[in-house]
Amino acid sequence: MADRHKLRDAPPPVAPPPPVEEEAAPYLRLTRPAEGRLVAGVAQGAAEQLGLDPVVVRLAFVLLTVVDGIGLVAYAALWIFTPQRPHVGPEPQRDWSQFTAFGAIGLALLAFGWLTGSAAGGVGLLPIGVGGIGALILWQQAAPDRRKRWMSGVRHNRIRTGLGMVLVIVGAIGFLAAEGELAQARPGLLFTAVVVGGLAMIAAPYLAGLWKELQLERRERIRQEERAEVAAHVHDSVLHTLTLIQRNAHDAREVLRLARSQERELRNWLYQPKQDADATLAAAVRRVAAEEEDAHGVPIEVVCVGDRALDSRLTAMLQAARQAMVNAAKYSEAAVVSVYAEVEPEEVTIFVRDRGKGFDLDAVPEDRMGIRQSIIGRMERNGGSARVRTSPGEGTEIMLTMKLEQP
Amino acid sequence: MSIKVLIVDDHRLFRSGVRAELGDSVEVVGEAEDVETAVAKIAELAPDVVLLDVHMPGGGGQEVLRRVLGSGSQVRFLALSVSDAAEDVIGVIRGGARGYVTKTISGKELTDAIRRVAEGDAVFSPRLAGFVLDAFASSEAPSIDPELDSLTQREREVLRLIARGYAYKEIAKELFISVKTVETHVSSVLRKLQLSNRHELSRWATARRLV
Repeated sequence: MADRHKLRDAPPPVAPPPPVEEEAAPYLRLTRPAEGRLVAGVAQGAAEQLGLDPVVVRLAFVLLTVVDGIGLVAYAALWIFTPQRPHVGPEPQRDWSQFTAFGAIGLALLAFGWLTGSAAGGVGLLPIGVGGIGALILWQQAAPDRRKRWMSGVRHNRIRTGLGMVLVIVGAIGFLAAEGELAQARPGLLFTAVVVGGLAMIAAPYLAGLWKELQLERRERIRQEERAEVAAHVHDSVLHTLTLIQRNAHDAREVLRLARSQERELRNWLYQPKQDADATLAAAVRRVAAEEEDAHGVPIEVVCVGDRALDSRLTAMLQAARQAMVNAAKYSEAAVVSVYAEVEPEEVTIFVRDRGKGFDLDAVPEDRMGIRQSIIGRMERNGGSARVRTSPGEGTEIMLTMKLEQP
Repeated sequence: MSIKVLIVDDHRLFRSGVRAELGDSVEVVGEAEDVETAVAKIAELAPDVVLLDVHMPGGGGQEVLRRVLGSGSQVRFLALSVSDAAEDVIGVIRGGARGYVTKTISGKELTDAIRRVAEGDAVFSPRLAGFVLDAFASSEAPSIDPELDSLTQREREVLRLIARGYAYKEIAKELFISVKTVETHVSSVLRKLQLSNRHELSRWATARRLV
């Protein structure tokens, strides 16, 4: 099995055969169409493939059903093994009058058989029926390319095929011998079992192939679902943003903001494992920076080293860092703000830095709350510290430090 | 004599953008859009610095590095990419690039970075510095070669300042050392990154598919 799997999945070792070969023989595989079906579309599909009128095929099924129910079994088998033809649009209505007509024919035949006492073909017809069903299954699966693929896996299994053939022949001979003494049902049954066994042996690789095929189809479906999800995401975010950018083309600042926020969103989606944005410090710093970047239209570059879970003190520190980012984005006139957060075993530090115009710390009025209260005060209340380095023309750097309690 | 630069990137729009940003500060001798052309043009034009995209058809930047540096060429590479993924950044540096900057870099900073790489120094973006700090900090396994497998206190300080957004000149001022010394420290970190046998480096980068 494993070998076969590999054979099929491995890319062709040499250049693939020219596609002409496959195109040359367009082969309609048996499928069950939704249009014009009465029960499951088996007869309709078979008729289309054979180029017959569906009525003929349906009559054949009905007749076979009357004889020991073989038609019913064959229909069920084909139903199971035949894929449904993809159908777009609403479910077509079934033609119930036709269905009733065929049902009536079948019942009439049954009644006739019962009345004349000739319906019971007896056990003799059973092997023919079973053999017929096996042949049907093989036939309906025998799209040439598919047959080739299956056979590539069972190349070395001629013995199995041969053995199956022998069993079928023995079974057939046995059946003919039993024909002479129809009264004794037992040998007939025995040989029927042999026939079935032989057919099963022949059919085993085909069934395995069928199973593989189903798996492949399943994988393909999963892939398509993933693709649909990507398409949906791109549509909701990227295309939407591109539309907004076109509409705001005159406003350079807004275009920049839109592009940055879309870039960030896409990066998160592509590279970041899904995580709770508020569970850890690094994720929270990134989120806060993103929010302030969006609010003020100034790029904020974030670099994080190490990480740990947020607690109330680190949350306070995060708020101080946010205030520092707001100050830098709003007042510094710098083109970009750098944020660096590092988690070490004993302490956490966050730096917020800009190369903007800077200011004179001593000249800041006492009542300005931004730096003193929201940054320095908040850090000190929570057992940390804040240091501001700035002077006019030199840019500003705010360093927040929080010692961690040792367990 | 101005520095000869080759731009390797599969996006034509981006190549012309970089060309325009660089202006006359360097001499752009050519462009290449895939691995094959890049290898051929490097051999033909002998640039001083190759601006190398990480993701490209035909194996990407790492394939170019492997083929060009594998043949004994002395040309210097500066990786320039939109990707921030740790495995891309670490991968291309371990492949032999002397620096990594992201495509959002300004024209002036890019010129500085190219000059620095041309002179044989290393160029780290804040993000790369952060990655390196993280990667070297996260190891607890015993190292095979202590000299290669850990950073000195000074190197760590320099990287930290780079991560904080400091330029080399500002770092020099901050640490009371010369710019040349800063460059020496960064080059030394680059050498450790490239030569360290620590499995953690690659494993860390792949495990951490973080920006």
